[in-house]
Amino acid sequence: MTEVTEYNSELKGGQPSNNWPAYGSTVKRHPERPSVALKQTLTEITGPGFANGWSGPDVADLTKQHKGDPIGERMILAGRILDEDGKPVPKTLVEIWQANSAGRYQHANDTHPAPLDPNFTGRGNVVSNEKGEYRFLSLIPGAYPWRNTYNAWRSKHVHFSVFGPAFATRIITQMYFPGDPLLDFDPIYNAVPEEAARQRLIAHYDPNLSEAEWALGYRFDIVLRGRNATPVGV
Amino acid sequence: MAMSPKLIPSATQTAGPFFHFGLLQPTWSDLTSGGKAKGDKITLEGRVTDGEGAPLPDAIIEIWQANAAGKYDHPEDAQDKPVDPGFRGFGRAFTDKDGVFRFTTVKPGSVPGRGNALQAPHIAVSIAARGLLHHLFTRVYFPGEGLNKTDPVLSSIEDATLQKTLIAATQGNAGDMPVFRFDIVLQGKNETVFFDF
Repeated sequence: MTEVTEYNSELKGGQPSNNWPAYGSTVKRHPERPSVALKQTLTEITGPGFANGWSGPDVADLTKQHKGDPIGERMILAGRILDEDGKPVPKTLVEIWQANSAGRYQHANDTHPAPLDPNFTGRGNVVSNEKGEYRFLSLIPGAYPWRNTYNAWRSKHVHFSVFGPAFATRIITQMYFPGDPLLDFDPIYNAVPEEAARQRLIAHYDPNLSEAEWALGYRFDIVLRGRNATPVGV
Repeated sequence: MAMSPKLIPSATQTAGPFFHFGLLQPTWSDLTSGGKAKGDKITLEGRVTDGEGAPLPDAIIEIWQANAAGKYDHPEDAQDKPVDPGFRGFGRAFTDKDGVFRFTTVKPGSVPGRGNALQAPHIAVSIAARGLLHHLFTRVYFPGEGLNKTDPVLSSIEDATLQKTLIAATQGNAGDMPVFRFDIVLQGKNETVFFDF
């Protein structure tokens, strides 16, 4: 008899639907048939672990990947990976990628005529510690135009990829900045139906995280699905 | 009863088109540690297409599976079966300009379902991409497996046409490795079955 301690269903009001025409790229890519409800098995409640270091060394300092200093406002980006009950998620892989301070990605397909920075790639990866904490040193990314609609601009953001303990907890998301005037006009951010869930995606400026004469501190926690208390066998 | 959640879970957001330099993928499309994994090596490949049949050149495909003995490399797999040090069970590949992804892996063994059920050999798949605000989950099953008929997930899909979208097709060999083809159709007539759990 195999018992499974399930992960909680995602709260639907808190997650975006793929059918969201305001973001044009969804139109031909969203499934039209409803998804099939699958009762979680050993397959879904297990997933890759990162405790033994196989994913490689941490790359936590995005400002020291080249010969010189990249241009932009230095940012300490730190937070915790938690579950819904507030329990830390230790030893899981956190990957980030972002545009440079001018709003340009180090990517061949990014043709925005803003300068590339030879001293900034814009990627990092760390494994969370025993308390579920992570920390990067980076730069505040710039906003950039995109062709979703005429004269559309993406809010400043950092992409995050986090695994958590199971295939069911895998998440790819974006972190935004408080007070960004572009948020009101951003269909990706606004695809999240509930205000409280949108707020979860906005980092907080933390004066205690800032380092004097050095870098601004932004705190950003990521909350993964929690678990039901009781294992189920059938 | 579930405990009442205290914190609001983070919402997903699209990976966008510029993830290639951002996500680790040194050799993660080869799950066999360069051939060291035990079991039958296979190629798993396919093409991801949209509602107009156009390939997705910017999709992230991730897979999670048991080893050849049917054991997950995870502390919650309590089965009395060996973990394979040459096989971690996780893979990541990006689609190329033609929408094609390709993994080298091993044929998974069967793993338990809930209760006394046995699951047919399968691979869990996650798909993220520009234009997907939330990643999609599906499963790859293998053709001609006796357990397919009784697999609790596969047999819950009664429509044969839909069930077929979850079963890979044999497509000859690459060297001495059998090739399994698993195309993913995001939208339209031949839309793949996606799961929610």
